[in-house]
Amino acid sequence: MDLILVNLIDGLVTGLLLFMLSAGLTLIFSMMGVLNFAHASFYMLGAYFAYQISTYMGFWAGLLIAPLIVGIAGAGVERYGLRKVHQYGHVPELIFTFGLALLIEELVQYIWGKNHVAYSAPEVLQFTLFSISGNAIPAYKIFMIFVSVSIFIALLYVLTRTRVGMIIQASLTYPKTVEALGHNVPLVFMGVFGVGTALAGVAGVIAGPVLGTFPGMAFLLGSIVFVTIVIGGLGSLWGALVASLLIGWITTFAASYNVGMEDLLTLIGFTKPEDLSESALRDLWTLTLPQIGPILPYILMVLILVFRPQGLLGKRDA
Amino acid sequence: MTDTTTPKNASSSLSGLTFGAVLPWILATLFLLVMPFIFTSNSAITIMNQMAITIIFALAYNMLLGQGGMLSFGHAVYMGVGGFMCVHIMNYVEDYSLPLPLPLLPLFGGLFGMGLATIVGSFSTRKAGTVFAMISLGVGEMIAACSIIIVAFFGGEEGVSGDRTYGLPFFGVEVLQQIEVYYLIAFWLLLSAVLMFLFSRTPIGRMANAVRDNPERAEFLGYSARWVRFFSFVASGFFCGVAGGLFAINYEILTEENLNLTQSGAILLITFLGGVGYFFGPILGAVLFTLLQTILSLQTEIWQLYLGVLFVLTVMYFPGGMAGILMMHVPAIRLGKARLLVVPYIRTLVPAIIGTLAGAALLEIFFHRRHAPLGEEEMTLFWTSFDSHSDVILISLLAVCFGGFWLTRKTAPQMAEAWHKANTPDGGAA
Repeated sequence: MDLILVNLIDGLVTGLLLFMLSAGLTLIFSMMGVLNFAHASFYMLGAYFAYQISTYMGFWAGLLIAPLIVGIAGAGVERYGLRKVHQYGHVPELIFTFGLALLIEELVQYIWGKNHVAYSAPEVLQFTLFSISGNAIPAYKIFMIFVSVSIFIALLYVLTRTRVGMIIQASLTYPKTVEALGHNVPLVFMGVFGVGTALAGVAGVIAGPVLGTFPGMAFLLGSIVFVTIVIGGLGSLWGALVASLLIGWITTFAASYNVGMEDLLTLIGFTKPEDLSESALRDLWTLTLPQIGPILPYILMVLILVFRPQGLLGKRDA
Repeated sequence: MTDTTTPKNASSSLSGLTFGAVLPWILATLFLLVMPFIFTSNSAITIMNQMAITIIFALAYNMLLGQGGMLSFGHAVYMGVGGFMCVHIMNYVEDYSLPLPLPLLPLFGGLFGMGLATIVGSFSTRKAGTVFAMISLGVGEMIAACSIIIVAFFGGEEGVSGDRTYGLPFFGVEVLQQIEVYYLIAFWLLLSAVLMFLFSRTPIGRMANAVRDNPERAEFLGYSARWVRFFSFVASGFFCGVAGGLFAINYEILTEENLNLTQSGAILLITFLGGVGYFFGPILGAVLFTLLQTILSLQTEIWQLYLGVLFVLTVMYFPGGMAGILMMHVPAIRLGKARLLVVPYIRTLVPAIIGTLAGAALLEIFFHRRHAPLGEEEMTLFWTSFDSHSDVILISLLAVCFGGFWLTRKTAPQMAEAWHKANTPDGGAA
C-alpha cells in the first residue's frame, strides 16, 4: 500500500513533466498543423540555459529567465525558419524541425560538451519533505508537481477565460475568418509557438536536475512526447493530460514491480523447460516487467492506433 | 560476375526502349566495374561498399519520401530486421550445411523487410503526412527498444554476428575478400536500382506520385490512396531489406545501432540532401554523405555540426536538394547559354566559399579553446599550425569571413541577372 502511494507520487511527477511538453506540442500542432520535432530540443535548451544562468545567478533566476530565452528562440524559429518552409507544405516543415533537432543537439555538444553538466536543485529544496514508511519524498519533487499544476491552471485560464485565448481558439478552427476580422493570425501563430516552446523550456529547467542535463536528453524524451499526444488524441489538451498521467504511472509502476513472465506462465499452467539456453523462447521466460516497462507506451500507442485511431479524447482521426 | 547482363535484361523485358534510356545504366555498369581498378586500396573498396549499401537504402527510402510523399522516421528498422534475419540465416545454413549460396542472401533479407513492412503498413498507411510520420517513429522506436529485450533474435547489446564464408563456394568464389564482396554488392546495387526505377514507371509507381500530389483527386478517379501508399511502402520495405542483407554480408555483424532513430534520421538526411525530386538524387546524397562521414570525420570533431547546418540550410533554401540544383541548369544548357553563367558564378561563389571556410575555421578555434586539454594551445587547421588563443588570427579570420560574405552579397544581384539572361530564349522576353 505504501509502495503504491510512493509510485503514485513518482508517476505524477513524470506525467506532469510529460504534460508540460505535450501541452505545447499539441497546441502548436492543432494550430498550425506542424508537428514540432524539435520540441524536446527546446526542453533541452531550457535545462542548459538554466544551468548556465544558475552558475552566475542561482537556480531561481534560471527558472525565470531560461524559459523566456527559450520562448524567444522558439518564436524566432517560427518567424524566420518555419514560415519560410511553410510554403513547401507539411512534410518539408516536419523535415525542417527534424533538422533543427539535430542541429540543436550538435550545438549543445559544441558549446557544453558531450558529458553531463553539474546542474542541480537549489539547496533550499534539497531536504526530505516527508517519508512514507521509509521511502523519502524529496521536497523538490513536490515543488515540481506544484510548478506543473500551476502552469496547467494558468494555461487553462488563459485559453478559456481571456480574450487572447478566445482568439487562439478561434484561429485553431477558422484561421481565415479570424484574419478577416482584423486579427494578426501570423502573430498569434508566432506567439503560440513561442509560448509552447517556453513551456518546454520550463519543463527542462525543472527536470534537468532530476533526470540529468546531457546532450541526449532531447531524443530520450522526444519520442515519448510524440507517443503521448498520439495516445491522447492530436490537438486535444485534456487528452494530452490524461495520456501524460497514464504513461507516467504505467512506466513508474512497471519499473517498481518485479513481476516475471515466468510466474505468469507457471500460473497459467505451463512448465518451465529444464534447459533454457537453446530454446528460441528463452526470452519469453526470463522477461520481467521492469524490462518491458520502457516499451509499454509504444505498445499502447500501436493498440490505440489500431482500435481507436483518433486517440483517447481526440476528435479528429489520426 | 553477371552484372553486365542487367541492363540488357531491362531493355529486352520492355520493348520500345530507346538507346538513350538504356545508356545511363550501361555507363553505371561500366563505372561500377572499373572503379576497383582505379581505387585499388582496401580502404577505398570499404568506402565504396558502404556507399553502395547506402545508395540502395536511400533509393528505397525515396520510394516513400520522394515518390509517395510519405515521411518515415523509423525506416532503419526494415533494413535492420532484414539484416538481422540474414545473419541468422547465415548461421543457420552454416550449422546445418544447407545448399544456399551467399549471393542469394539479400533476397531473403528483402523478403523479411517486406514482411515487416506488410504488417506495419497495414495500419500505418491509412494517412500520409504528419500522422504517418508519427506512427513510423513510434513503431521504429518500439522495435529498436525491443532489440535490447529480445536477446534471442537481436543479440542484446553486442548484436549478432555471422560468417559470410560459410558453406560451398559459389562458382569457385568464396566471398572472402573485400573485392569479391564489392562485386556482389555492385550486382545487387544495379539490380535493385533498375528494379526501383522500373517500379517508378509502372502504373502503381505513377499513382504513388498522383496520391502524393493530390490524394483526394486520386480517390475520385477511383484509386484507393491507401492501397497505393501500402504497395509503395511494401516495395520500399523489400529494398530496405536487400540493403540490410548486403550490410550483413559486408560487415558480418548487426547491432542495435542499425535500428535506432539515429540511423533512421541519417537516411532522411541523405535522401533530402541528395534531392527527393529526381530518381538519381538519393544516389548523390549517399555518395556525398559517405564521403563526409569517412573523410571529414577524420579531419574534424564537429563534422556533424556542419552536416546539421548544411541540412537545415538545404531544407530552407534548396528543397530540391543537390539534384534539384543540378537540374535547374538544364534549361540554360538547352538554350546553349550555360557559359554566360560561368563568370558570375566564379565571382559570387569563390568569395562565398572563402567566407564559409573562414567561418568554419572560427568554429574550430572556439571549439579548441573550449574543449582542448588544459595548456594545449597549439592547433592545426588547413595544414598549418598556430596558437588557438591568438587574437590576431581570430580577428583576421573574422575579417576574411565577413569580407567573403560581403562580396557574395554584393555580387549576388549580378549572378541573378546572369541567371535570368541565361534562361531567356533569344528574342523572347524583351
